[in-house]
Amino acid sequence: MSFPLLTATAALPAVGAIATAAVPAARRTAAKWLALFFSLATLVLAVVVAVRFDPDGDRYQLTESRAWISDFGVRYELGVDGIGVALIALTALLIPFIILAGWHDADPLETKSSRWRPTQGFFALILAVEAMVIISFEATDVFLFYIFFEAMLIPMYFLIGGFGDRAHAGSDEKASAQRSYAAVKFLLYNLVGGLIMLAAVIGLYVVAGNFSLQEIAEARANGSLDMATNTERLLFLGFFFAFAVKAPLWPLHTWLPNAMGEATAPVAVLITAVVDKGGTFAMLRFCLQLFPEASKWATPAILVLALISIIYGALLAVGQRDIKRLVAYASISHFGFIILGIFAMTSQGQSGATLYMVNHGLSTAALMLVAGFLISRRGSRLIADYGGVQKVAPVLAGTFLIGGLATLSLPGLAPFVSEFLVLVGTFARYPAVGIIATFGIVLAALYTLVLYQRTMTGPVKPEVASMPDLKVRELAVVAPLIALLIVLGVYPKPVTELVNPAVKHTMSDVQKKDPKPEVEAAK
Amino acid sequence: MNPVNYLYLAALLFAIGATGVLIRRNVIVVFMCVELMLNACNLAFVAFARLHGNLDGQIIAFFTMVVAAAEVVVGLAIIVSLFRSRHSASVDDASLMKL
Amino acid sequence: MIALLVAAPLLGAAVLLCGGRRLDRVGHWLGTALAAVSFVIGLVLFTDMLGKGAEDRTLNQHLFSWIPVEGFQADVAFQLDQLSVTFVLLISGVGTLIHLYSIGYMEHDERRRRFFGYLNLFLAAMLLLVLADNYLLLYVGWEGVGLASYLLIGFWQHKPSAATAAKKAFLVNRVGDMGLSIAIMLMFTTFGTFAFGDVLEATGETGEGKLTAIGLMLLLAACGKSAQVPLQSWLGDAMEGPTPVSALIHAATMVTAGVYLIVRSGEIFNAAPDAQLAVTVVGAVTLLFGAIVGCAKDDIKKALAGSTMSQIGYMILAAGLGPIGYVFAIMHLVTHGFFKAGLFLGAGSVMHGMNDEVDMRKYGGLRKYMPVTFVTFGLGYLAIIGFPGLSGFFSKDKIIEAAFAKGGTEGWILGSVALLGAAITAYYMTRVMIMTFFGEKRWEPDAEGKQPHPHESPKSMTIPMILLAVGSVCAGGFFSIGDRFMHWLEPVTHHDHGDSPLSAATVTGATMVVLVIGVTLAWLQYGRRPVPSVAPRGSLLTRAARRDLLQDDFNHVVLVRGGEHLTRSLVYVDHTLVDGVVNGTAASVGGLSGRLRKLQNGFARSYAVSMFGGVAVLIAATLLMRAV
Repeated sequence: MSFPLLTATAALPAVGAIATAAVPAARRTAAKWLALFFSLATLVLAVVVAVRFDPDGDRYQLTESRAWISDFGVRYELGVDGIGVALIALTALLIPFIILAGWHDADPLETKSSRWRPTQGFFALILAVEAMVIISFEATDVFLFYIFFEAMLIPMYFLIGGFGDRAHAGSDEKASAQRSYAAVKFLLYNLVGGLIMLAAVIGLYVVAGNFSLQEIAEARANGSLDMATNTERLLFLGFFFAFAVKAPLWPLHTWLPNAMGEATAPVAVLITAVVDKGGTFAMLRFCLQLFPEASKWATPAILVLALISIIYGALLAVGQRDIKRLVAYASISHFGFIILGIFAMTSQGQSGATLYMVNHGLSTAALMLVAGFLISRRGSRLIADYGGVQKVAPVLAGTFLIGGLATLSLPGLAPFVSEFLVLVGTFARYPAVGIIATFGIVLAALYTLVLYQRTMTGPVKPEVASMPDLKVRELAVVAPLIALLIVLGVYPKPVTELVNPAVKHTMSDVQKKDPKPEVEAAK
Repeated sequence: MNPVNYLYLAALLFAIGATGVLIRRNVIVVFMCVELMLNACNLAFVAFARLHGNLDGQIIAFFTMVVAAAEVVVGLAIIVSLFRSRHSASVDDASLMKL
Repeated sequence: MIALLVAAPLLGAAVLLCGGRRLDRVGHWLGTALAAVSFVIGLVLFTDMLGKGAEDRTLNQHLFSWIPVEGFQADVAFQLDQLSVTFVLLISGVGTLIHLYSIGYMEHDERRRRFFGYLNLFLAAMLLLVLADNYLLLYVGWEGVGLASYLLIGFWQHKPSAATAAKKAFLVNRVGDMGLSIAIMLMFTTFGTFAFGDVLEATGETGEGKLTAIGLMLLLAACGKSAQVPLQSWLGDAMEGPTPVSALIHAATMVTAGVYLIVRSGEIFNAAPDAQLAVTVVGAVTLLFGAIVGCAKDDIKKALAGSTMSQIGYMILAAGLGPIGYVFAIMHLVTHGFFKAGLFLGAGSVMHGMNDEVDMRKYGGLRKYMPVTFVTFGLGYLAIIGFPGLSGFFSKDKIIEAAFAKGGTEGWILGSVALLGAAITAYYMTRVMIMTFFGEKRWEPDAEGKQPHPHESPKSMTIPMILLAVGSVCAGGFFSIGDRFMHWLEPVTHHDHGDSPLSAATVTGATMVVLVIGVTLAWLQYGRRPVPSVAPRGSLLTRAARRDLLQDDFNHVVLVRGGEHLTRSLVYVDHTLVDGVVNGTAASVGGLSGRLRKLQNGFARSYAVSMFGGVAVLIAATLLMRAV
């Protein structure tokens, strides 16, 4: 058997997590460097995965398969398709930036020495999340996927509940209470989703007799596994509910603003840019492949919910007073686009949705991390507390603007490509839906520019007058992200080439063909 | 004698034991009542063995005795340590495990 | 080679914006040089094109495949034909002059390097817009110029009014962009492509309904970018930007992108008469709207902005006329580029000398103090009102003629509107001229108490003004003699003379008459009588026009206030209702568990009771089941 590359990619951050946690308490800095080292090593492995992956080859590649709980037919099965590779690469890419951006987030507070802040724990938890996210992108066994899809909630819970903004941390009982409220809310929402999914997983086992995604999908495709319509629909809903909570789709979204608002900026990026992608990824991989008929049955309802997410998220973003909550609602709007693209069931829509997952990761990371730097300088999350930052810290303002422009999908930056593909893909099949979704781009401009105007322009507020500009470490976080946003905006071909064959497979799973252009159809 | 009468006796003993467990507060008495219930069961087993004409019931009765002996050992040890720490032998005082 | 046109200013933008303080001293020269490089390349390509036959002048360059996705092909590819090369020369030529002008104008601004970076960014985006060979790439340039415009309007960000104006411009433009993206989506679902060549050749293969829809969406896009009614409200506020920006972006080039879009998509509009009619209506309404607003404004830049709106209305009107008007739309666009840029630069020069005062009521009698500005501004003025022999005369006259040539009632209405517009143009421009350069001095000290000392601007500012004035004087004649411009563009836009009910001479005569009427009226009102330095209350129309004919108030009440209420109430709903339902469920589960918790009271005996009870129930149930 060849070298288990996928296992190694997932295991390396896990090892890193243990190693980081084991560093003695006094040697805080060493732990940070160790965590950074492991995240970079994982990135290298992820790059190797991407290089070894042949877009024109089999559907799942680099597969590994071992018996695990043989009594229940649970196997340790890994394999990646183009979509998986893209998301693993995104995860591995973002984690070093998250670690670097959160470099001082878990330092013990000088003012409140009584409160012990486990620096090692913070970085170990981040690496643990990375390991679990990567393996859930790789798993082709439904049960294996379920375990890690749920298990990543545990480290996330501690990251949200245990490490707040430095501005508030420990200094304020109310902030602490809000934080644990957010963490519990996050956990409960996702656990409920997970439980329902567990029921569906078991139901699937009862119907199909094993957990292997490939076997079941194959059996579904060649007709040897028939499901009653109602069974299929129920199972689909069970899976979809869990994914919709995590994605998050309206009206299951309310945990996200709390979680992102209370967590530190790097953790907020971890939530929205990495962990939540598990939800949309799983919709593509599990819902569509396992339950093609039920997916088509549910499409109209899901499209409506996605549309509501887009418009509703954007409108609420306009009404926010808190920078981080604003970004959270913007993310809800963007997730609406992703789900729209997936369920439009056109090649453009699904390619766009996959690209969107990657690009949204990058753009939110850029915007949120800069926002985090801003917040750490002033110690407040309220938009009204800022003003005129542009004059004092032009580089910070400039990067913030670019992050914002990426969020509003300015052409030339990566998110435009994906958003346009999603819109075109949706429009091709459902013109009305496509047109309504287009309103989202106006609203996106509104909330981004309002945010930028209120924080960065205007007369300089006295409190921000002595605000320092970005430091070298912070610039090292933001600059590569921005460079990537530009590169992928101008030349997205490497990613689309990776994704296209996978999308073709998914399209054939659901037995849908792209609508033909009118002129061609007439011929 | 009709073996069914033994069963009535066993039921009576069991009921007395159960009532004792429920209404008495002293741990030792509760403990003895538990023993009483066990012995009521033993009696019933033996009576059934006689009724059915095989030895299964008697064998189980022996098992029960062994278990009862083990239970006495562990139970008394707990009671003694409880009495040492609380200076009381009331069941209701030991309610630390509640939520 | 074509790619270099875009690449040069893009490089400039990147270097200037990322370069940091080290470039402060040379940045403006670098920016200007790169703009000039673009112009030179444009010239080379142009002469190259002149050497070829009329039919094979189109040049294509395919750079790379941009978004390759199943069933979807978007390329980064350029197309240079007569139409785009005209734009290239206008953009890079006027652009270079304005770069030059800005060196002097922005001399005392500590962020001058960044200003030039933004200007270069604008040039790159605008060139991309006119060079793209498909609608999606055009869209990139389209939003790119929007971004540059946003950055430049809000260049003086410390002023809240500037930041607000910038945001407004971007948002209103986004509404237009929405139209463009829907148009592209429609093209994709109809034709399976959005490359100019493929789409425009295939227009015959689909129904009129689809084409009308596409046309209307393109018109929406054009309305946003070109400040046409109903999306015109941003242009007046955009004057918050530095004056060179107003000249380059909000007069000469960017705002004319809508005209380019419509002319470029000519085949679509030709096949969709309803959409064409909508275009002409928008153009006609805007040309009156802008002109009326222009009459009432006391802010010199806003008066010029109203005028820009109105002149672009002319172009849109001409573009809506179909093959009769395309050529004249572009011709007016080019001449307008010269004289309006010149006028704005003149206004900038005046402001430069008057401590940045913009209120014309506080000018007066400046002609002696700023002779060069006076002469160049005056030539621009004569050109815009259509004084015989100058550029505006040729291009505007042709549009009025073409409007009549449309034929039928439509032709009469459009033609009369265009004539009326010409009269109002003459009126408000004369007003600007008189209030600024003639009459008494009405100078007032500025906020810091400094008395203005008007003086002529430095060479770097006057030279571009002189060059633009030369353009304003000569361009029209040069283009029109022997119909040079028409023959040049004909292979791309085609041309059709239409059949005018009026002879060319009649139209010209009528134009002259209304011109004289307009000028006379203005002279009677502002020339003969002294201009009060506080604006009189004015009639209802004047007051409405001062407030942009109440359009902003409408927006404020309906969109801004309504939107605020909507978002506020949604935030409330999200918190109480959506979140409330879930929290309520959680709370009731919590309450239930709280009650259940009481069962765990810690009394061993009560546990025993429940155990006994449970066993009893189980046994009873078993027995019952047996019995049944």
